[in-house]
Amino acid sequence: MFGEWTCPLPDGQSSTELVVAMESDGPHKILILPALFDEANKLRRFTLQTMRALAEAGIASTLPDLPAMNESLAPLAAQSLESWRAAAAQAAKELSPTHVLAIRGSALIAPETLPTWHYSPVKGARILRNMLRARVLTSREAGLEESTDTLLAQGMEHGLELAGWPLSADMIAQLQEAEPVASQRSEIIEQKQLGGAGLWLRAEPDEAPEQSAQLARHIAAKLQAS
Amino acid sequence: MCDVLGLDSDDVAEFDAETGLFGHLPELDSMAVAGLLTEMEDRLDIMIDDEDVDGEMLETYGGLLGFAQAKVAEG
Repeated sequence: MFGEWTCPLPDGQSSTELVVAMESDGPHKILILPALFDEANKLRRFTLQTMRALAEAGIASTLPDLPAMNESLAPLAAQSLESWRAAAAQAAKELSPTHVLAIRGSALIAPETLPTWHYSPVKGARILRNMLRARVLTSREAGLEESTDTLLAQGMEHGLELAGWPLSADMIAQLQEAEPVASQRSEIIEQKQLGGAGLWLRAEPDEAPEQSAQLARHIAAKLQAS
Repeated sequence: MCDVLGLDSDDVAEFDAETGLFGHLPELDSMAVAGLLTEMEDRLDIMIDDEDVDGEMLETYGGLLGFAQAKVAEG
């Protein structure tokens, strides 16, 4: 169930990263691109439970680590959305999926070569705004007054550590502009279709088995109809 | 509120204007507060500036509710 994949890095080298795979006998195999940053932790269990529910419906899936996320040892400060896009594109080749499920922020990096579901896609600017805000609040508690505008300008020029994530200038500039990838072969799955509130809003990682089951059911029904 | 924080809806139903928020509810750390404010912006179609966010607004449920109502009225 655990394997490795070879992931391209921004400097032209490559790294070996973890991939979680759930096998199944059916003809379909879904590449799952995980949520980004803080949301990756909050949605990890949800994502794995979705994979299990897909497997029970006869659908295989793979969940690769992006460089610098989850177990990866690659430095985050060397990554950008562009390098993550290249990583996602490579995963779409190497892991030979038939479809993609991009979770939250991964809508910003999903390859356009395969039919894709975007689960509750989020704009890059919103991800960034959350992290900037968390930093301003933390600084304020420490008696230090900072502003999101000044931090953003500073980050776009020199890079910046936000909410514990060391982000490169490229990453910040690209997040500020990035919109979810929309193509004719993609479908958006909104949170309200799963019932309940999104787990990324919780302060601690949590699970919602009924939501992951619903997501898997939606995908299984679409595959069956196709 | 219960949506955003994943709190029990029974708990939230018991909130009143004096219910303490930031620093009182264990669920609210700075990342959760940031998420709460960004979610409020989206759902209420408002913009929350740095200057809007102060201790008073985040201190109690009443403070946050009053702030949100004023912002919606402005917009």
